[in-house]
Amino acid sequence: MMEAQILQFFQWFWNLFGLWDWVWGYIGPVWPVIWVVVKIVAIIVPLMLGVAYLTLAERKVLGFMQVRPGPNRVGWWGLMQPIADGVKLLFKEIIAPTGANKFLFIAAPALSLAPALAAWAVIPFDDGLVLANVNAGLLFLLAMTSLGVYGIIIAGWSSNSKYAFLGSLRSAAQIVSYELAMGFALVCVLLVAQSMNLGEIVRGQDNGYGLLGWYFIPLLPMFVVYFIAGVAETNRSPFDLAEGESEIVAGFHVEYSGMGFALFFLAEYANMILIAALTVLMFLGGWLPPLDIAPFNRIPGLFWMLGKISVMLFIFLWFRATFPRYRYDQLMRLGWKVFIPLTLVWVVVVAAWMQTPWWLW
Amino acid sequence: MAEIKNYTMNFGPQHPAAHGVLRLVLELDGEVIERADPHIGLLHRATEKLAEHKTFLQTVPYMDRLDYVSMMMNEHAYVMAIEKLAGIEVPVRAQYIRVMYDEITRILNHLLWLGAHALDLGAMSLMFYTFREREDLMDAYEAVSGARMHAAYYRPGGVYRDLPDSMPQYEASKIHNAAAVKKLNENRQGSLLDFLDDFANRFPRHVDEYETLLTNNRIWKQRTVGIGVVSPERAMALGFTGPMLRGSGVVWDLRKKQPYEVYDKLDFDIPVGVEGDCYDRYLVRVEEMRQSNRIIKQCIAWLRQNPGPVMTDDLKFGPPKRESMKQNMEELIHHFKLFTEGFHVPAGEVYSAVEHAKGEFGIYLVSDGANKPYRMKIRAPGFPHLASLEEMAKGHMIADVVAIIGTQDIVFGEIDR
Repeated sequence: MMEAQILQFFQWFWNLFGLWDWVWGYIGPVWPVIWVVVKIVAIIVPLMLGVAYLTLAERKVLGFMQVRPGPNRVGWWGLMQPIADGVKLLFKEIIAPTGANKFLFIAAPALSLAPALAAWAVIPFDDGLVLANVNAGLLFLLAMTSLGVYGIIIAGWSSNSKYAFLGSLRSAAQIVSYELAMGFALVCVLLVAQSMNLGEIVRGQDNGYGLLGWYFIPLLPMFVVYFIAGVAETNRSPFDLAEGESEIVAGFHVEYSGMGFALFFLAEYANMILIAALTVLMFLGGWLPPLDIAPFNRIPGLFWMLGKISVMLFIFLWFRATFPRYRYDQLMRLGWKVFIPLTLVWVVVVAAWMQTPWWLW
Repeated sequence: MAEIKNYTMNFGPQHPAAHGVLRLVLELDGEVIERADPHIGLLHRATEKLAEHKTFLQTVPYMDRLDYVSMMMNEHAYVMAIEKLAGIEVPVRAQYIRVMYDEITRILNHLLWLGAHALDLGAMSLMFYTFREREDLMDAYEAVSGARMHAAYYRPGGVYRDLPDSMPQYEASKIHNAAAVKKLNENRQGSLLDFLDDFANRFPRHVDEYETLLTNNRIWKQRTVGIGVVSPERAMALGFTGPMLRGSGVVWDLRKKQPYEVYDKLDFDIPVGVEGDCYDRYLVRVEEMRQSNRIIKQCIAWLRQNPGPVMTDDLKFGPPKRESMKQNMEELIHHFKLFTEGFHVPAGEVYSAVEHAKGEFGIYLVSDGANKPYRMKIRAPGFPHLASLEEMAKGHMIADVVAIIGTQDIVFGEIDR
């Protein structure tokens, strides 16, 4: 749709000079690739800006919860702070510690950021507004979010530091165990939506009840488990053991400086937004308005999507300001002994429930 | 079969949870502590030796710098030692002022401890809340001594000066405009006692706020209950004092058992733990803050009604009045002698201890009759506490070591001296 309009515009523009056929001769064969790149840029650039301003939002929200103003010196209300931070990190020297495996040390941050960004390919922002409308979108997401752990393990191992090593081991164990609970929570969604396509999952929640039709109601325990597992998966407080500054200082990225550190930071926040987006898509009706009546359904779906993501992100920050940190073994216990049994049972419950006439969704 | 080696980790001295300059060599089996070996001495400043080369009065400011989060209590033990040895009578008003400032200091110390302990365990917001209240108490320090931390306010024979009738005011600046400053100055219109009264009235509410965040928090309980358990017998054998000892269930508080100054005239309770774990020590310290607040209120009420001298009138120890010094030969000579040579303390030895925020803080003083101590020994409460770290941490995980260091309320100023 948009693609055709843009092509028409180019055709009109180049035809002013009578060159369209000549230009298209070169561009035509590779046009699909160009179009995909354009779409990628259209996702990545706002995402990176979102990440940058999420750091500011975090500092502001934490500030207001902690009786202090937060950053307010750079720009109006500190609005230029993320830019200043970015510039600072960009110009800092990247120091590889003695005895570090240089190649892996440099590769690790990229390895952790890449999956965090790749996962966005299948996220629909509005009805049909998606880069890759993959039928196995959910599987793709599970694969991508699990891949992120490699960056962390490699960073911890290649740093040649005991703190980093300990941090990466903790993080690996944590991500692997919470991946399971997360996977089972997704199985429930899959059962209910009967599709692995994220767009289909959202459309499945559009069943005329508005807010009440969203999956967070029949799958309430799964919604909670999924979100908490998501917090753990992104190594955020209260599950930030991998980088607990009072125990293992900064964990896996203790030896990183400059852009290496910034990439880990970007990955963490991109993952946060991703988890928030997924929670919204699968449990909170994605781009759907809470009530399918006049003022609400006039507002574009993109707005609802972003609004819901912001609310989920706020909860991430709220957690951080409120809770103490779990201990490593307690975290494992929560994952293996509470979440996994709970999700397993709920899969069966939902499967059975769906065969009865009391299933309303 | 591969040989399994323990993992040795250097924890500190540049570690965020090392509370200063603790260097801890940890031997780990996975994450479990096999051996914890604290190395101290990185903040050694030879206070005891310095005291031998300074007059008695000149050592007072060194005391502030021992345990630098409970400044006036350190001074208290020191001036009490001199008073005991020289037999100086301290005016009652000065005693009440000292007790009030001791309790202010106890709250200051426990607030910092609570914030730092919570921060160590990952609850970052607490630090900011406790510092909001610390700010007011620091202002009370400033009002009375001119310094926010290293007050040097207690003197052998009393305190440096009486409580001020007005509080310092905030001034408008680029950050706070006139309207904001007016709000900040609202409770500073009266005297220092009015300011403290206002603080004491709202402080229990603030403690409730801290408790809302922590006391019944499941994560907080999981992190502290059953961690670093010390039985009452072991606590006594290890030389624990203060909240560390009371957390284990031993009823021992110098303020009750060997009352000094006017503690026997005041009404307060001694909270005692049951299990001897980090959680009980947390509860004990939180309750101590409430009790200190009670003491402060009683002191304020007494101080309002009983004006009087705050320094001994024995001119051999207390400086003469400024006006009389300008007109009177005798006083001028005393002033000159006091501030050049200092006073002489009769030969003998003395031990005086106060119930410091961290435990029993004692000064052992030997005098040979000169204007300086012959020898001074400081009994720092943190020292035996830190020495028990290995016993408390063994078998726990790294994250628990952080909790245990936090619960011991360690300050290196006093341990390294």
